[in-house]
Amino acid sequence: MESIILFAPLAGSLIAGFLWKPMGERAAKWISTGLLFLSCFFSWIVFFSFDGTAYTVEIARWIESGSLVIDWTVMVDRLTAIMLVVVTTVSALVHLYSFGYMAHDENFREGEESYRPRFFSFLSLFTFAMLMLVTADNIVQLFFGWEGVGLASYLLIGFYYRKPSAGAAAMKAFIVNRIGDFGFLLGIFALFFLTDSLQFGVIFDQAPELAQTEISFLWGSWNAANLCAFLLFVGAMGKSAQLFLHTWLPDAMEGPTPVSALIHAATMVTAGVFLVCRMSPLMEYAPETMAFVTFIGASTAFFAATVGLVQTDIKRVIAYSTCSQLGYMFVAAGVGMYPAAMFHLFTHAFFKAMLFLGAGSVITAMHHEQDMMNYGGLRRKLPLTFAAMMVGTLAITGVGIPLTHIGFAGFLSKDAIVESAWAGSNSMASYAFWMLVFAAAMTSFYSWRLMFLTFYGSPRGDRHAHDHAKESPSVMTIPLGVLGLGAVFAGMVWYGSFFGDHDKVASFFGMPHQVEASAAEGDAHAAPAAHGAAERGAVFFGPDNTVLEDAHAAPVWVKLSPFVAMLLGFGLAWQMYVRRPDLPAKLAKNQAPMYQFLLNKWYFDECYEHAVVRPTMKFGRFLWNRGDRTVIDGTVRGLATAFIPFLSRLAGRAQSGYLFHYAFAMVLGIAVLMTWLVLSGGAE
Amino acid sequence: MDNLLSIVTFMPTLAAVILAVFLRGDDEAAQRNAKWVALIASGVTFLLSLFLLTGFDASDPSFQFVEERDWVLGLQYRMGVDGLSVLFVMLNTFLMPLVILSCWNVTHRTKEYMIAFLVLETLMTGVFCALDMVLFYLFFEGALIPMFLIIGIWGGDRRVYAAFKFFLYTFFGSVFMLVGMVAMYIDAGTTCIAACGPDVTGLLHHEFSSSTITVLGTHVIGGMQTLLWLAFFISFAVKMPMWPVHTWLPDAHVQAPTGGSIVLAAVLLKMGGYGFLRFSLPMFPIGTKMMEPLVFWISAIAIVYTSLVALVQTDMKKVIAYSSVAHMGYATMGIFAANQQGVDGAIFQMLSHGFISGALFLCVGVVYDRMHTRDIAAYGGLINRMPGYAIVFMFFTMANAGLPGTSGFIGEFLTLIGIFEDSTWVAFVAATGVILSASYGLWLYKRVMLGDLIKESLKTISDMNTREKAIFAPLVALTLILGIFPGLVTDITGPSVEALVAENLAAQANFAPGVEVAENASH
Repeated sequence: MESIILFAPLAGSLIAGFLWKPMGERAAKWISTGLLFLSCFFSWIVFFSFDGTAYTVEIARWIESGSLVIDWTVMVDRLTAIMLVVVTTVSALVHLYSFGYMAHDENFREGEESYRPRFFSFLSLFTFAMLMLVTADNIVQLFFGWEGVGLASYLLIGFYYRKPSAGAAAMKAFIVNRIGDFGFLLGIFALFFLTDSLQFGVIFDQAPELAQTEISFLWGSWNAANLCAFLLFVGAMGKSAQLFLHTWLPDAMEGPTPVSALIHAATMVTAGVFLVCRMSPLMEYAPETMAFVTFIGASTAFFAATVGLVQTDIKRVIAYSTCSQLGYMFVAAGVGMYPAAMFHLFTHAFFKAMLFLGAGSVITAMHHEQDMMNYGGLRRKLPLTFAAMMVGTLAITGVGIPLTHIGFAGFLSKDAIVESAWAGSNSMASYAFWMLVFAAAMTSFYSWRLMFLTFYGSPRGDRHAHDHAKESPSVMTIPLGVLGLGAVFAGMVWYGSFFGDHDKVASFFGMPHQVEASAAEGDAHAAPAAHGAAERGAVFFGPDNTVLEDAHAAPVWVKLSPFVAMLLGFGLAWQMYVRRPDLPAKLAKNQAPMYQFLLNKWYFDECYEHAVVRPTMKFGRFLWNRGDRTVIDGTVRGLATAFIPFLSRLAGRAQSGYLFHYAFAMVLGIAVLMTWLVLSGGAE
Repeated sequence: MDNLLSIVTFMPTLAAVILAVFLRGDDEAAQRNAKWVALIASGVTFLLSLFLLTGFDASDPSFQFVEERDWVLGLQYRMGVDGLSVLFVMLNTFLMPLVILSCWNVTHRTKEYMIAFLVLETLMTGVFCALDMVLFYLFFEGALIPMFLIIGIWGGDRRVYAAFKFFLYTFFGSVFMLVGMVAMYIDAGTTCIAACGPDVTGLLHHEFSSSTITVLGTHVIGGMQTLLWLAFFISFAVKMPMWPVHTWLPDAHVQAPTGGSIVLAAVLLKMGGYGFLRFSLPMFPIGTKMMEPLVFWISAIAIVYTSLVALVQTDMKKVIAYSSVAHMGYATMGIFAANQQGVDGAIFQMLSHGFISGALFLCVGVVYDRMHTRDIAAYGGLINRMPGYAIVFMFFTMANAGLPGTSGFIGEFLTLIGIFEDSTWVAFVAATGVILSASYGLWLYKRVMLGDLIKESLKTISDMNTREKAIFAPLVALTLILGIFPGLVTDITGPSVEALVAENLAAQANFAPGVEVAENASH
């Protein structure tokens, strides 16, 4: 069954990609979608029937070189099970949605170009790679999936290959991710160097020893656990678009909207969070790195939210929102509350995918207009889309009844993170708490701003587009409805499992109870050594990790703070975009420097362009012109002019030129060798 | 078949002789016959070489299919393959039919062109099989003559300059190797490399002196071994090519016809890497130990330097040529890391690079055949009219960037793991190649393939034809299969590499130069 989950999407991808000609576009689309629903169905079976005990299905040997042995495997534990349902569910729904969204694409010539099978093939390919990533039992297969999703992302961002901006965005996404992968790879090498294995089980068994080991890396000597964890996290920063490596994500919106929903909101970008959670047994022994993770997560949550405040492209607003929400997840992981990170990952997948698909529905209705300044008053024209977006907004802003466990999905998971941040014990935790509360207010503001600009007020922009705007077909609204269910109920249903009391969480993630016992004895070594890989939970709490209990014991003002922040954001958005629509323009004028700073995304792209891209190209040209041509070739030419005439004289006035020189030199060489051999009495 | 190795080696030459003697005239029929004879001969050679693979006992690290015969002037003809070399023979025999196919449109002196390739195939196979130093030297140097002709006669506008440069560099290198070989013969009293019979210790097991000697007032630690190592290093480094003696390669590639470029990148360069494995590492372990850091840094610099240079090229072929140098940097780094992963990875990288760079040069050839320009600026938006080509080009661009699942990943990954043990700095610098290879590859792809098709000249360009698809198909298949099941290679190389690494370590373990240096210093 696990193999079917894994390989059905691959089969779908290959069939849609290579066999659509004989079978026709329609069949290709249905087969790839059907196979994904099959995969999705089995994933839910695995999710519900999973009893907390991890198991591994080996498929084949991959790499074997000396002590390095890596297999193709399917490993299922709680983390995998969660990711399986997230990935296959969103993917299956996005496949279905794409029937409608890709029905008539103005970027291609209808009748001449068959872009749909290609689109479905890429979507399925992505799903396969993502599943390989989450089912890996070793870090190299995880890296295979990691790069595979990168490839699929590249192909899908650049799907509209005629648009120069799409090609550039695709390239940027891949290369920025590669910068993260550079760190990731070094982390893998360091781990192999230290533990002589790349199997998760073996690495985790040695994690407590790594915490006591020093490794010399580059100029200094480092704590091994911290170094490995840090290097792996650099990879996660790239994939999950965290601060400094985030610049590719907004540009990735060049891809078709279903792609943004699946890859750049619900699944691929959460791979970094997944990685940190997967590596939790190592992370728990790397306190400095964890503080860094917390810092980056919190800063990203704040930064991306500020930029989201002023963007006018509907997809970019949601993209920055994604970036910001990923920051929340990293804060949770950074303070050691991995279940909360996975909880938000899980709920976020539903409501963010829904927001994107809803945005896609709006964009389709408005003839591919993406600027919110040209929307307005659409709620009557697009009632279903409006309802879906409203649910999504309620979920992302975190609407619920304070101090209870009743609310939209985002309410429960986001509050869990904010409380964890408050309870966190590392040096960045309190910074993170305040950043997240600020970000919560901004999240609320930009989400409601999006709603008000799009669905309220009077129509702006092209009249024609507004007149012809009509609700999307049911293949597009049904997926919205299903995701809506998730956005409403996912939080309430699974709150106990992800963020309930310790026993519930421990049994959900299959954590052995002995860990606590040994923690009580204060013996950090005994716990991991006593249980084999089979008995380790999907996530690991170090002996000192009491964040879960502390979070539940948080004071009331902490528990209320995100809710209050949400109300503030809503009020401000209401004031600025419903009651006084003239305010934003005035504010932009009064606070021009600030506005420009945010509008230009803190000028990250410009800085990188001037500090990295151009100097690199300049350096390349320098190496080529000065290095290769002047210095190396110049030297050789200089030598040659001294050398060749001499050789020519030696060779006589042969007409055949250089060939003769060469042949002569070789004959001469062999003659010398032969002479030696003969003079010294033969070879033997 | 006792003579299988010789048959595989000389089969193409036999066909070349037949062509030279029996084929007359230069009309269309004669040209066609020449191509078919060459194709069939190289195809049969490949099929025969498959027996090498099936008959090869992978668990045995010693030489197999050994042949030994007296030859002229008291010299010995001695051939054999082990886990280090057998796959290079396969690479050569596998690629040659594809190379011949890629030359199907040549009309200028077709017969001679085919003869050049066939002779070249013999010589290159010979390099990988020779178990006698003199024989090796003959094959190694001889292989340059047909290549020289291919560039000089069938090349582009500046073919004379390129051929000249090619000659000068390699000549420079081979002089040193020749001197080294003479010195080795004086010391060991034999030219036999291995499998020499009962009474003779082959060069592989001869222990060259490593006591410190003084040359021109400089103490050379590792003594004769270090000097011999250097002599061979110069020759192989030029061939590889390593930075900073790489500048002949881009020119040679740009001027060479497509077929020549493929052979050059895919097989000819590997003679250098194979030389390191056959001579430098096992024969001069102390010299290797002394000079390792130099090789590491040259390799790491090569990866960054040539990748950056690749980034700013305006000629498609130059991008791929510089990328070749960068990828060979991983190979040299892995070889001298001298551990299992490093050497396994280096061999894998060289084989994989054979398919991938060969395919990329073919990709350039496909559009060059249509537009007769390699200028990147002359293209743009080809994906609109060449969807099939777009897939193939994308595939190999990604493979070149080391995407996991393709063979390109395994080589890079293993060599980097190998080097990390020796030096984290080198691993760090070399790993930046991961970013750079994606950068120049995807940027090239974007400029050539993506965007709207605006240029008038490109409006009628056609997608790959059946012949071109047939050439790419096996390359795509192998790149994928080896990426998913690299064991097909490492199972064969593994035992030989293990033996090599173990002997290397054992030899280095007994070496303590510090004492001698101190003594010398006190004198």
